Amino acid sequence: MNTTLQKNKDTGLLFFGKVTASVTHDVKNSLATINENAGLLTDYAAMAARGKPLDPERVNALAVRIMDQVKRADALLKNMNRFAHSVDDSLKKVDLNEILQLLAALSVRFAAMCETTLDVRASSDPVEIETSPFGLLNALFLCLEFAMAAAGRGRSIDLRPEKTATGACVHFGPLPDAVISDQDPCLAASIDARLVKNTEAGTLTLIISDR
Amino acid sequence: MRVLLVDDEEELVSALGERLVLRDIEAEWFTTGSAALERAESGCFDLAVLDMKMPKIGGLELREKLLAKCPDMKFIFLTGYGSEKDFTSATAGGNTAVYLVKPVDIELLLEKMQTLFSNPRGDA
Repeated sequence: MNTTLQKNKDTGLLFFGKVTASVTHDVKNSLATINENAGLLTDYAAMAARGKPLDPERVNALAVRIMDQVKRADALLKNMNRFAHSVDDSLKKVDLNEILQLLAALSVRFAAMCETTLDVRASSDPVEIETSPFGLLNALFLCLEFAMAAAGRGRSIDLRPEKTATGACVHFGPLPDAVISDQDPCLAASIDARLVKNTEAGTLTLIISDR
Repeated sequence: MRVLLVDDEEELVSALGERLVLRDIEAEWFTTGSAALERAESGCFDLAVLDMKMPKIGGLELREKLLAKCPDMKFIFLTGYGSEKDFTSATAGGNTAVYLVKPVDIELLLEKMQTLFSNPRGDA
């Protein structure tokens, strides 16, 4: 196996591991919250058994919390499942609007740790491209990591897809101070893409070719 | 026993705080390290239960800052990751600490709290 291919595979595995660790961490948090709130309900039940009256509003609020956490965990697992299936096809037509929504959902915790918020500026029309779904997600994630580091703490990053004559692109911004070195930070070449800086707009743009 | 709880999951830390108070433990909870540090300015706690991974100030950094104010404080770390690296980091440094993986059974948490005070090395 040539070294570039091996490097891409290693980077892909690292990406898969990172995302899995992050999502499972959030699922654990959700389960822990359910555990404490259900435990609190059992504490109230025990107190009621000893004669202390139950407050129905308080009980209801705890039950709602538990239901909300179940929804949260379900959404996390749904996204994780979609992500896991991104390796099913080496080439597939995907809508960048949907891919960016998935990327943002998978990256919420990374963004929170960087004190960054992500805003997907989806296009009203589908922005379709034929590419490797997993390779694309990996490249976008690496670009996003690079963008969050360049933006600094306490900033918001917009992710905006756009259709082009030869495929599509994704703009990351505002990043007026980002500097791209000779070393491609996004493994863009692995999906036939390239990262450029648009100085005038203050954005980084991943230009992706249709396969 | 005065217990400081810090976790960025508000619905988790508030419920845990209430459960400890119901068990006659003096517990206060915060969702950020900076709010906990501000509270510690006005008085030390005996024990802190800290989430390992939090934005801005993580659990390990918070331990160092709290120890600078309250050198006798003991620590229990909670995490969703459960990685060996986290365990090593939490229990290193010579300070008494216990490491638990979420979700935590409250009886186990209470047992670990007692252990830290009956066995200051925290290695029981």
